[in-house]
Order: sequence, then structure tokens, then C-alpha cells
Amino acid sequence: MIQMEHYLIVSTIMFFVGIYGFVTRKNLLAVLISIELILNSVEINFSVFNRYLYPEHLEGMFFSLFGIAISAAETAVAIAIIINVYRRMQNIDVRHIDKMKF
Amino acid sequence: MGSVANLIVFYILGAFITVSSILAVTSKRMLRAATYLLFVLIGTAGLYLLLNYHFLAAVQLSVYAGGILILFIFAILLTTPKGDHVEPGDKRRIATGIVTALAGVIITTLVTLKHHFLYVQPAAIVGDHEINMKIIGSALMGTEKYQYLLPFEALSILLLASVIGGILIARKR
Repeated sequence: MIQMEHYLIVSTIMFFVGIYGFVTRKNLLAVLISIELILNSVEINFSVFNRYLYPEHLEGMFFSLFGIAISAAETAVAIAIIINVYRRMQNIDVRHIDKMKF
Repeated sequence: MGSVANLIVFYILGAFITVSSILAVTSKRMLRAATYLLFVLIGTAGLYLLLNYHFLAAVQLSVYAGGILILFIFAILLTTPKGDHVEPGDKRRIATGIVTALAGVIITTLVTLKHHFLYVQPAAIVGDHEINMKIIGSALMGTEKYQYLLPFEALSILLLASVIGGILIARKR
């Protein structure tokens, strides 16, 4: 049978690849893709803990379910903001979006 | 026999997810990055199927791969000027990112492997444990302990608010 740690290692790699992308990417949409990777790895962790440690309950599965819905809402708003930024500045590069800095 | 097949499928999925997620954050073209993100999400749905969470896998495929990816692809097509967007690499920042990610992976993996989790009996995990849809539905709609009507309703209000917010922010005047 598959050990629980193997799932956890896969999701750890996904999480830190997301962090690497969050630090290095310049495009706002690429940063958002990295955030999606991070959220996805956390949801894998919730359901794996539920299945292996508490298989008689369903908390982890419902937490993943609500997490998926919340990340859908977050992505919709973030993409609306990014499209608005693009419309005003013709650019979604994080180095050029400094109008709100003081 | 079945558990060996499960193990092989798991390793294939794990390698697929790892490679696709690395390509999703290093690819120079945005549309390719979105496609690799789609691969990662499909692999994650496969992991949910291996864990016998069939409903979660269906939700992952329909919401993430069907909904969010379409949003991403439309946003990329709307905001990327000449088809491609090659970012000039910032060596120092890339080095910082690689060091951070590697240190995080090593520390987290060590902690995970050293910790002794309180497993239940392995017989409760392997085998056929598909959760009945009736159980999921009554847990999602009930108000007693371990039932989730209140988060469900809060989530519906959040979705409504984000729909209105999205329309208000992205609307052309």
C-alpha cells in the first residue's frame, strides 16, 4: 500500500515549486498560477490526512471542497483586477505597477 | 496485486505532477504555463481517485480544470500583447527562489519523515471505501455536529459577492 508520507512529499514539492514561482515570476497571471499550485497542494494534504488518519470522518474532504470553491472565487476576483490593471496601464508586469507606491 | 497496481499508478501520477508543476512555473510562455497547470490539476484529481474520494475528484475536474483554467486562458489571451511574453531573467531573484524552495522542501520532508503519525489499521485504508453520495449530501445540508450547512451558505454568499465584485471591477465604462 502507498505510505501517507509519499503523498505528503508530492504535495510538499508542489507547494515549494509554487513558492519559487511566486518569488521569481514577473507576470501577474504567472504569480496567480503559482498561488493556485500552493492552494492545490494544501487541499491534497487535507484529504490525505483525512483518509489515512481519520477515515471514519469527513472533515478533511469537506475542507478541501470548500477550499476549492474559495480558490475559485479568489481567482475570479483576481483575474478581474488583473484585467482592469491591464486596461489602465497596458501592462501586467509587476515591475511596472508602482502607481500606488508612495 | 491491486495494491501494486495502485503503487505504480501513484508513482506515475507523482512524477507527472512534479514535472508539470516545475514546468508551470518555469515556462516562458504564459499559455504553456496554463496548460501545465491544467496537467497538475488533472493529476491531483487522479490522486483524489486513488484516495477513493470520487466526489472530490469530480469537483476538482469540473471547478478547477473546467472553470478556473478557462478564466486563466481568457485572461492570458486578453492581456498578453504579441502572443508571447518572454521575461528577462533576474539571476539573483531566481537564485533566491531556488535556495528558498530547496531549503523548504528539505526541511519539510525531513520533519514529515521523522514524525510518527498515528495510523489507523491499514485494512481501513486499502480496499473499496467509496463514500456514498447520500452521506456527502446529508453532511453538506445538515445542521448537526459534523454537518456543514453554515459553511455552505457562507460560501454561497462569498461566491455571490465575488461574482458582483468581478463584474464591477472588470466592467468597461
